[in-house]
Amino acid sequence: MSILVNKDTKVIVQGLGKAGTFHAIQCRDYGTQIVGGVVPGKGGTVKEGIPLFNTVAEAVEKTGANASMVFVPPPAAADAICEAADSGIALIVAITEGIPVLDMARAKRFIKDRPGIRLIGPNCPGVITPGQAKLGIMPGYIHKPGTVGLISRSGTLTYEAVHQLTALGLGQSTCVGIGGDPIIGTIQTELLQMFQDDPGTEAILLIGEIGGTAEETAAEYIAKHVTKPVAAFIAGQTAPEGKRMGHAGAIISGGSGSAKDKIAALHKANILVAESPADMGITMQAAIKRLK
Amino acid sequence: MKIHEYQAKELLAKAGALVPRGLVATTPEEAVKHFDTFGGKPVVLKAQVHAGGRGKGRFVGGPADLGGVKYITSREKVADIAKAMLGQSLVTIQTGPEGQKVSTLLVQEAADIAREIYLGMVLDRAKGVPVVMACAEGGVDIEHVAATTPEKILKAEVDPDSGLLPCQARRLAYAMGFLGEQATKAEAMMMALSKAYLEYDCALAEINPLVITPSGEVMALDAKMTFDDNALFRHPCVEALRDPSEEDPAEARAAKSGLSFVRMDGSIGCLVNGAGLAMATMDIIKYHGGEPANFLDVGGGANKDQVTEAFRIILADKRVKAVLVNIFGGIMKCDTIATAILAAFQEVGFHVPLVVRLEGTNVNEGKKILAESGRNIITADGLTDAARKVVEAAKA
Repeated sequence: MSILVNKDTKVIVQGLGKAGTFHAIQCRDYGTQIVGGVVPGKGGTVKEGIPLFNTVAEAVEKTGANASMVFVPPPAAADAICEAADSGIALIVAITEGIPVLDMARAKRFIKDRPGIRLIGPNCPGVITPGQAKLGIMPGYIHKPGTVGLISRSGTLTYEAVHQLTALGLGQSTCVGIGGDPIIGTIQTELLQMFQDDPGTEAILLIGEIGGTAEETAAEYIAKHVTKPVAAFIAGQTAPEGKRMGHAGAIISGGSGSAKDKIAALHKANILVAESPADMGITMQAAIKRLK
Repeated sequence: MKIHEYQAKELLAKAGALVPRGLVATTPEEAVKHFDTFGGKPVVLKAQVHAGGRGKGRFVGGPADLGGVKYITSREKVADIAKAMLGQSLVTIQTGPEGQKVSTLLVQEAADIAREIYLGMVLDRAKGVPVVMACAEGGVDIEHVAATTPEKILKAEVDPDSGLLPCQARRLAYAMGFLGEQATKAEAMMMALSKAYLEYDCALAEINPLVITPSGEVMALDAKMTFDDNALFRHPCVEALRDPSEEDPAEARAAKSGLSFVRMDGSIGCLVNGAGLAMATMDIIKYHGGEPANFLDVGGGANKDQVTEAFRIILADKRVKAVLVNIFGGIMKCDTIATAILAAFQEVGFHVPLVVRLEGTNVNEGKKILAESGRNIITADGLTDAARKVVEAAKA
């Protein structure tokens, strides 16, 4: 079992430029069902074996797609997300980095009005259910099917965590990169609930970073609703206030969003927090052992 | 991106906010001229730097009683104070000990104040929409109020398409105790704030304080605006307000090459792919007893030119005693990055130890390229090994 994606997920790709095309092929090679691509004006043609459509609505009608990967450049990305939502795509994974915040505020409201539509990202590596489906830019081979669910705001730091888990023999049920922007489609608590409800997930690794208070909210949620072992790591303990650390959302501002506050909240909820990023894997292992 | 107070006031005024009369001066003579323009009435000289806490700040080597904001009543004093401010470095709680050089002054007509309030607009990340915040106590440190007495801050969530609604502005105005004509004026200020915030894709817009004069005028006495960097592409008029002298030269240089760089105070330079891993790399350096000199994310598809430029920026900092490269190859292959590192190493000319940790796609090929290069590069296995080695190297 897994959450969000599996071998039956039918995926279209929005935005088949250089990056979009490269990753569409990588995902297909991993075993993901890439059933089409959307490039306005190129409908009816085929690119790298992927049939192209002018609109998402047309792609859905012809292919039965139920998921989309968005690689559309920032100025038009929010519109692409809304197009997918408007066409009934149930899972939209937005990889694009650099979307204006207000565009995302509008897109999020648009999605909110359409029940059953879920957005992951933007500014994220995507979602992978190892051995089944990869909707994103992560290197597939470092993953291993298993029972740890992973939630992360980061890209390469997630690969680092997955690498550590796999090296310890801890496979993953599903790994979700939720994105590094201030406004994201799906937040930690929603995924915690999904992993808690997923019979294929036995433990959860939460990787957070500075900025916002989502980790504090997640800690409270875990204390109340999650019975599975949870481990965490928070990046940015050395980050200065008021500086954006790469991700648009990774900024300590107005005295809120520091790693210290997040770690304190997680500790208060009795969650094991890795002190060093080299210990994410073994901290997960310790959390699993502690609950057994 | 940040702009100056006088620029923020111009944008707010365009959106319909009432601001005090003010003129910009870059010389004491200009400041005196503006004083005369305002009819010799009292003025306030305000140092224009991209940092808060100016009033309580002090100039490096300057008089103990002179901050970045000064109320002046005489022509002679205007010249003296302008001279004491211009070209000098102002140190505030937000600048660091070296301060920020003042090259522009705002000469503003002094206003009589009957009452001050706080007005701001910022993104509420949890709700996913901007909110207008108002507090009946103006001129205060709003962060302090939020932390200690959050109930004193009134909020209204703003629909990004329709903007702040008149009814929301009215609710806030009456809740803050405005009455009659003043309530209408306060509402107009809030509407202007919301309009400017949405029109220019702000990250923050603040009027602190908003003042009510004894004659009943409602004015933005101070203003601050920062912008969503991701939206600057559609606001050339905002981009044109950028003041490069206010930005860290290394950070600006890095941005030009598509690198995300933040200067820190330590001695260990870092070059990492990915923002999360870059933060974690700084953390693990600190965890093992070192201090990072910078945050640097080369992004997902770094090439030789970017790596070379990154090394140059890191090594230009004379405090750097060792450099750590930490790459988790995903789409970026380790052999590609190893080749880029070698080329950059050669081109830049390293004078401090370089520790390289590679992991992920084609890691063995990457390590082999570094090992066979004959260059003096310390290779590391795993994050901990890398951190220990670079901390050790920086101490040597």
